[in-house]
Amino acid sequence: MTTLDTLAEAGTTDRTAQGLGTSARRPDGRPKVRGQFAFSSDLEAKDMLWGQLLRSPHPSATIRHIDVSGAWRIPGVVSVLTADDVPGRSSYGLDYPDQPVFASDVARYAGEPVAAVAADHPVTARRAAEAIVVDYEVREPLTDSEAALTAEPIHPLGNELYRQTIRRGDPAATGVVSVEGHYETGMQDQAFMGPESGLAVPAADGGVDLYIATQWLHVDQDQIAACLGLPLDLVRVHLAGVGGAFGAREDLSMQVQLCLLALRSGRPVKIVYSREESFHGHVHRHPARMWYRHTADATGRLVSVEARILFDGGAYLSSSTAVTLNAACFANGPYKVPNAFVDCTAVRTNNPPCGAMRGFGAVQVCFAHEAQMDKLAAALSIDPVELRLLNAYAPGDELIIGQVLTGTAPVAEVIRACAAAPLPPGSPDTVPELALPGGAGRTAERRRVRRGVGFAVGFKNLMFSAGFDDYSTARCRLEDGQVTITTAAVEVGQGLVTLIQQIARDVLGVDEVALGEAATVGIGSAGSTSASRQSWMTGGAVDSACRTVRERLLSSIAQRFEVPRTGLELASGRVVSADGSFNVSLSEAAAGEVLEETAVFRHPGTAELDENGQGDAHVSFAFAAHRAVVDVDLDLGLVKVVEVATVQDVGRVLNPVQLLGQLEGGISQGVGFAVMEEIVLDKGKVRNPSFTDYIIPTALDMPPVRVEALIEQPEPGSPLGAKGAGEPPSISSTAAVVAAIRNATGLELARTPVRPQDIALALAGQPSEWAGEAPATPSPAKEAMP
Amino acid sequence: MLERSPEAELLAGGTDFMVEVNAGLRRPSAVLCLGRIPEIAGWRREDGHVVLGAGLTYTEMMEPELAGLVPGLARAARTVGSPQIRNAGTVGGNLGTASPAGDSLPLLAALEATVVVGHLAGTRRTLSLSQLLTGPKRTSLEPGEIILEVRVPANFGTQEFLKVGTRNAMVIAVASVAVVVDWVGHGVRIALGSAGPVVIRATDAEELAESRIDWEERRLAAGEDDLSDFVDLVRAAARPIDDHRSTAQYRRHAVGVCAERALRRAFQGDDRKEEPWSS
Amino acid sequence: MEQLSTEGSLLSYTLRVNGRDRPVSDALIEENLLYVLRERLGLRGSKNACEQGECGACSVILDGRLECACTVLAASAVGREVVTVEGLTPDGDGLSDLQEAFLAEGAVQCGFCTPGLVVSVHDLLSRNPHPTELEIREAISGNLCRCTGYGRILAAVKVAEEMHQP
Repeated sequence: MTTLDTLAEAGTTDRTAQGLGTSARRPDGRPKVRGQFAFSSDLEAKDMLWGQLLRSPHPSATIRHIDVSGAWRIPGVVSVLTADDVPGRSSYGLDYPDQPVFASDVARYAGEPVAAVAADHPVTARRAAEAIVVDYEVREPLTDSEAALTAEPIHPLGNELYRQTIRRGDPAATGVVSVEGHYETGMQDQAFMGPESGLAVPAADGGVDLYIATQWLHVDQDQIAACLGLPLDLVRVHLAGVGGAFGAREDLSMQVQLCLLALRSGRPVKIVYSREESFHGHVHRHPARMWYRHTADATGRLVSVEARILFDGGAYLSSSTAVTLNAACFANGPYKVPNAFVDCTAVRTNNPPCGAMRGFGAVQVCFAHEAQMDKLAAALSIDPVELRLLNAYAPGDELIIGQVLTGTAPVAEVIRACAAAPLPPGSPDTVPELALPGGAGRTAERRRVRRGVGFAVGFKNLMFSAGFDDYSTARCRLEDGQVTITTAAVEVGQGLVTLIQQIARDVLGVDEVALGEAATVGIGSAGSTSASRQSWMTGGAVDSACRTVRERLLSSIAQRFEVPRTGLELASGRVVSADGSFNVSLSEAAAGEVLEETAVFRHPGTAELDENGQGDAHVSFAFAAHRAVVDVDLDLGLVKVVEVATVQDVGRVLNPVQLLGQLEGGISQGVGFAVMEEIVLDKGKVRNPSFTDYIIPTALDMPPVRVEALIEQPEPGSPLGAKGAGEPPSISSTAAVVAAIRNATGLELARTPVRPQDIALALAGQPSEWAGEAPATPSPAKEAMP
Repeated sequence: MLERSPEAELLAGGTDFMVEVNAGLRRPSAVLCLGRIPEIAGWRREDGHVVLGAGLTYTEMMEPELAGLVPGLARAARTVGSPQIRNAGTVGGNLGTASPAGDSLPLLAALEATVVVGHLAGTRRTLSLSQLLTGPKRTSLEPGEIILEVRVPANFGTQEFLKVGTRNAMVIAVASVAVVVDWVGHGVRIALGSAGPVVIRATDAEELAESRIDWEERRLAAGEDDLSDFVDLVRAAARPIDDHRSTAQYRRHAVGVCAERALRRAFQGDDRKEEPWSS
Repeated sequence: MEQLSTEGSLLSYTLRVNGRDRPVSDALIEENLLYVLRERLGLRGSKNACEQGECGACSVILDGRLECACTVLAASAVGREVVTVEGLTPDGDGLSDLQEAFLAEGAVQCGFCTPGLVVSVHDLLSRNPHPTELEIREAISGNLCRCTGYGRILAAVKVAEEMHQP
């Protein structure tokens, strides 16, 4: 089990205290455990209709004609829509609106929406959608990312979505040792539990109120308004309960179609995706093909890195630009290298669109750079951890984009602490049978199970980058002693709502903190719940608003009660002076007063990258290391992940138990991507759009997580001193697990997820494509990696 | 009820049927809920055999008394789905769905189970597994017929079941092997799951194994420890395919590994310690 | 079947849920128990995350057995006792010891899997009051969680187990 001792040192786990640094309870926890929390799929309205989208089954097809008459003939159908019914802009997109609300003349991916229906029962709506006849002329899909750049454009904007080049140093510089490799990462899915769902209610003013599970209310509002041809104030987006996101809700799903159905029918309309539809209905993680070459001097110091990275962006742009930029910036990992030549390109294909997923480009390159570092260590006969320490970034170092690390960068501390974690007790000879690879399937023979250990380090930026105007807005209202905080920030489960209360408690000395509704109405944007940014940005906005209210309040009290302002404090719901002579309850002291302050928090500006990929593009960075222990059945290739130990650079622990939840949850997604998770495509069609066949770790698969240490070096510029913690756990955990499998098997394993056949067939002398050369005998891995 | 509504579809545990209904692939106008029929629930002993009612759930297969009589079936049941699925899924349903990956099927095949099928007209007939399972998700059941019970011998030899999956719970078998060694009749039975359109008996491998065993000593005969030719015969019997879950090449490889492991375990007898379950 | 009536292709029947009889009228025969609980009986605690019995978010207890409501034909539950998360939750604003443990240990993030887990763990502890870690993992192997990695959930079950009451 995870050690909470570390967290106890880091911050109190006293569950009765409620401010920053405590494991304060989440305010929505009570309704959630009682089954009373309203997720977007739980909403209902009087006279509500059910909506259903019709999607293209073909990854590439010309749409010759759409005949909706069959839908209209079904009793109970109230509205049927196609592309012709979109009143405003016909397409949308996070970065650029290249994605049609409804495909009109061409379908570019299997799953692309073509029409929508609203009816009085969900089964009726589904049958009506199925009754729409679309005359497709099926075309050969473009599904190979390497072919995409030279193939016929499948979109007017062309097949190159984005390209990021980094050129730094001397292209001729080379070290005495060189290692290279081809690596591949598959298409991972966010697989959140709460399927896409929303409720749109048409309003008397000709506008619409949309209740939706999403990640950024205001950016949704912008796109929806543009497509509906409505002014922003007539499109009111309200946050409904979100059942997880992990990047999949950054793009619009049903928002425009749902609002259109509601406006057209004049009635509230609800859509809930089935799980199968959900797999078609959101972006996935970019699959990547990567080639790397590292050179180093004889001591192991990196001299150069070259990388060519190809991302399959699928049919539409989504956030491929930023994912590609990020991947390039972090392609070398958290290691100094004076000469770097990176080319990262995202291409358009007829595969399902790819976009944001936790880790956002860093996951893919981390898999490659960590494999490279291990190869380099082997080539030099240097301990892999020592090699990483030798090259690790430190404050003052330059990234390959030329940006200097001006904040904290405890990379060496993270590496050392994680590598020092004691190994878990036991061995394949001693673990219970159910805990062997294969579990209840009882396939394992203990003498053929080999334990392996792997180590990996990763990092990425926090907040948005490259010149993006990234900000958050929060309002603090104090009325009759009651504090209410309002933001449009999206809670997806990570615990932002808890943090907001903790901040207000500390600043205003109260216990009770009410939270206003998260909506676009009456408050500005809080930015996206992504990029590990909300603790910093919305935390900063909330902190700022509360501090301003505090100041105004104390000044007002000082004046009204004629007491000195200096020394006045707020604590435990009271206003007290330093000497104790003034001690009045807050509600009494602030009676009749309404103090309200709206703060906008911005981080310092960032620069775009120039033509050589150089620039101060990022605000801050967070680092993490993972050490994985696995048991591998050498003959069947089944893997049991025994333990993942981690150390993370967190700046400051704001809520120990919630932080632990982020580490454990992110690691579970990393473990899944190492050994079981992959969207399987067959010529552009998803073969496994279900939880039966897109498999994520169950409680029998997920190992205990050992948080060996949390490195708290408060980050300058972070309003609370903390660094975002959501993404680092999912970045190097995959690489660590695969490294452990390599250690157990001696195989190269250049691809993730690793499949049983990649191990079993290679070791049996029948190599499959990605396993690499099988050694004569598997290398014994009884000793741990140092 | 079948008389009144012959089009009524058969529903047992719902773990296959309802998945299709929920996906809109099956739109029944009438449903016969087999879970209500006490005659096909539970199990009983009958002259050296165990008769499993079609409505017997996987959880019930794991209960100690029945598990003691048909241990291989209990092992297979534990690999099925999750506690929720095991409480609802039935042996009759597993047979009726006839998936090539059905978890109970290899063991039943290795036990040479017979299936009693009843017709609404009142007649009954008894089928072997190979007579019942005619193809992937196809049975020889006629309209108006339901599976009533499955007969297997009680306390029959040493029974092993190994299931290969890419996750430790809720996983469709990528390959599975049941091995039954009959110490009395000197027989070896090997059945392969997820390795062909229906469960496959690897009869050539069975014969080879039988010839290699020292039946007195209950182990492989001296000098017969190399089982690579046995493994080759197991693999030759398999007819696996490539699909989104795995490859034919891997499945063929895996059944060989599992069959050898299962066979060798049969010789360990009581020495083999096993984790009890408590669910 | 004696408790069902049909009007054309619509059914009317009574389900016993959380100790109370609840009428269902004009239902389609193909509606699963999860749909009826949520959309006809207003018991939205059970969640739909897959409709395949693969995720456990709709876990209920049917005649004392843990099952996925989405794989139960609603009409087939006539005459059986159904217990949902609502039935395991104290009236008013209270929490069971298990629910309290979930909150205290941080086992709730997005919360979508939480009701199903409350039901599954209740079922486990009622049959095995002091499970080992491996037994807990096996008992909840039918409940998928994407947010937590199960660590805090296991911690919560241990705390609840120590309280001796589900």
